[in-house]
Amino acid sequence: MSGVPADGFTSLDVAMTPPTPLLRVTGISKHYATPVLSDIALDLHAGEVLALTGENGAGKSTLSKIICGLVQPTTGTLTLTGQPFQPASRSHAERLGVRMVMQELSLIPTLSVAENLLLDKLPHRFGMIDQRALYEQAKRQMAVIGLDDIDPGVLVGSLGIGHQQMVEIARNLVGDCKLLILDEPTAMLTDREIAHLFEQIARLKARGVGIVYISHRLDELQRIADRVAVLRDGRLVDVRPMADVTQDELVQRMVGHVVDEGAQRPRRVAGAVRLEVRGLHCGEQVQAVDLSLHAGEIMGLAGLVGAGRTELLRLIFGADRKDGGELFLDRKAQPVTIDSPMTAIRHGIGLVTEDRKAQGLLLNQSIRVNTTLANLAAVNRRGWLNYAEEHDVTRRLTDILRVKYGSVEQVVGELSGGNQQKVVFARWLHRDCNVLLLDEPTRGVDIGARADLYQELDRLAADGKAMLMVSSDLRELMTVCDRIGVMSAGRLVGVFERGEWTEQILLEACFSGYANLTPTPQSAAASL
Amino acid sequence: MQSSSQTISVTPINQHASVNRWRSALGGYIGLIATLAAMVVLFGSLSKYFLTADTFITIANDIPALAIMAVGMTYVLVIAGIDLSIGSVMALGAAITAIALQQWQWGVLAAALLGLMVGLGCGLVTGMVSVGWRLPSFIVSLGMLEIARGSAYIATDSRTQYIGSNVEWLSAPIAGGISPAFILALVIVIVAQIVLSRTVFGRYMIGIGTNEEAMRLAGVDPRPVKVVVFALLGVLASLAGLIQTSRLEAADPNMGVGMELQVIAAVVIGGTSLMGGRGSVINTFFGVLIIAVLEAGLAQVGASDPTKRIITGCVIVAAVVLDMIRERRRTRHA
Repeated sequence: MSGVPADGFTSLDVAMTPPTPLLRVTGISKHYATPVLSDIALDLHAGEVLALTGENGAGKSTLSKIICGLVQPTTGTLTLTGQPFQPASRSHAERLGVRMVMQELSLIPTLSVAENLLLDKLPHRFGMIDQRALYEQAKRQMAVIGLDDIDPGVLVGSLGIGHQQMVEIARNLVGDCKLLILDEPTAMLTDREIAHLFEQIARLKARGVGIVYISHRLDELQRIADRVAVLRDGRLVDVRPMADVTQDELVQRMVGHVVDEGAQRPRRVAGAVRLEVRGLHCGEQVQAVDLSLHAGEIMGLAGLVGAGRTELLRLIFGADRKDGGELFLDRKAQPVTIDSPMTAIRHGIGLVTEDRKAQGLLLNQSIRVNTTLANLAAVNRRGWLNYAEEHDVTRRLTDILRVKYGSVEQVVGELSGGNQQKVVFARWLHRDCNVLLLDEPTRGVDIGARADLYQELDRLAADGKAMLMVSSDLRELMTVCDRIGVMSAGRLVGVFERGEWTEQILLEACFSGYANLTPTPQSAAASL
Repeated sequence: MQSSSQTISVTPINQHASVNRWRSALGGYIGLIATLAAMVVLFGSLSKYFLTADTFITIANDIPALAIMAVGMTYVLVIAGIDLSIGSVMALGAAITAIALQQWQWGVLAAALLGLMVGLGCGLVTGMVSVGWRLPSFIVSLGMLEIARGSAYIATDSRTQYIGSNVEWLSAPIAGGISPAFILALVIVIVAQIVLSRTVFGRYMIGIGTNEEAMRLAGVDPRPVKVVVFALLGVLASLAGLIQTSRLEAADPNMGVGMELQVIAAVVIGGTSLMGGRGSVINTFFGVLIIAVLEAGLAQVGASDPTKRIITGCVIVAAVVLDMIRERRRTRHA
């Protein structure tokens, strides 16, 4: 990348950079009870994409919050285009052209795109909103990020999540935006939406906007970033041109030791059928799905967002009402009736939900309360809870999963994403289900915690449990699973054994259901 | 257990956290107790008659009805519901008891039980309608408020039903001027607190108030729990009606008008969240005491009724503001 100065290797040594950097971070530290960031020195140049990566809790979000004025550093200084930069608040930083797009979208779904874009300065005349001016200004703003295809009058809530993300970014590009921080912008996006986002990032670069791009997804970083900065335990361990570093090296830097994610696993011997699904259907979302899940195997479920994977899991679990279909457990001739999560759990089926905050955890309750929730029967005597037993159970399970916490009475909402997910896992370990449905179990989970979860899945498989795991990360499925089913447009279009699949084969299957929608499937696959 | 003894570094953090927990738990009580003490001192200095045994006995005998309903309302708020009908349910329960005693010549016990059943029925209907059709309990209980009040008027022919000294014993002073009703209220408060914090049912209530969908997906059916909580409040409301009847020796169909708001105020002063998931029956009881002391104190210093209402209103808002500030500080430190 020509925009990167030749001293990319030595950019830790900031004094040697000849042009004035857009942003210079010098000696930034942040201490709460313990140091969260220590002595960070970093430059960002105009028109550059700097990837910021590291495990959860490594300090990425603290650093970005300092830059955009949400958090004040304990020590250290910032300069913006050579001027001292001490943002006292987010709005202060925004006035100076520094903006951050958070992971959670802050759009109002019941208002139009235009209204969302101009929320704090709606054009008005005598107190009435000037619709024409509103739409014109909105269109101009949307054009900047290539959102020309959307009607500014459309309600935000009716847009797909990808477009909502683009609207959120467009909202941050008003005025004199010099520096844009994107925090995990692709977590909710399909591959096609990601490609679109990257095109727009390239446009912004060309306009001279400096971009800090925070992500776990290393393959994305390689596509988009000029340089990469790796944080570990609050320290900057490496800054380099992206081209000089492999994904394996990055992972090693992040965790400090080698994680062998791609290792060939022994193929497990599957046992008897635990769960058989016949003709399960529900509207357009899930159509006539047949599958069988064996004891001691992990079956993956791949597909594009909206292919019906989450819906399938929820139907099996009884969380949503099905239109038809039968479930058989343990090769019994009679189908079981599962019409609610309560009956599913009684039959030994558990579901780790996609959205742990909204559907999994009681965020303001303790680790202990969250761990024992699905199996309070085991920790009470005639309705009276046994706190000591709850405490012990929680300690034992969270130790197995290597949850990092101060005390089991700590509120779950204070834990990092990875640790929160481990608590959800602990709950289902406590319940001891024979069939475990997992929906994106590693979303927002750092690599170290992921490895712990994979290890636990292996242990469960060895224990004879059957698992069905949805993931949007194909490589994860290829690493973890014994078989991979692919859903496309509501149908299970194929099931592949370990050894039969390649990334190409799986991807083609993912797109196959949409073949008549996208006339040239090859080009769609290529755009990935 | 084994691992906890192996990991040495965990222990101090643990102690630290538990000390904090104690402090915050006590802190919750201390704020309310300090407020209460301050009010007692204030009224004591304003009126020489305030700091007498009579005042406190009067207060103790005044509060059972309020306290008992506040217990049930705490549960309802913990599951993120609300019940506006309790003032009317109280009147209806009392009216039916009085009718059974007077017109049908039932025994005291049978009549009282019938009154409680009526309260149970009202609570069940509110709970089942709002849970079954997923309607806001605010609206359903608003409907029940009118239905129960109207029924009380019809049952009593809009006339106060005098029952004589049939159930007078409930509110008559026994040891030290304290009535059985007060002792009953205390027992209910203590049992309810233990149920909330120590039983599976209590855990379900807190979980449902925090995140109902997460509870459902963890295999807990929230519906029966919610219905039971509303039914329980119905029973407690009619029990309060019975106590009120025993004090007045009459069932007035206008009994308890606006009482629901006083009850909600007491619960909220006690720090229970209207958003659900957080609450304490003990704190509710302190809230009840604060309202009762305020009432008695203002009466003694000769405040007029409008003044009393204005001051009570200010206290409610101030209590909620203080609680919110404390809660925010707590979560920020955490």
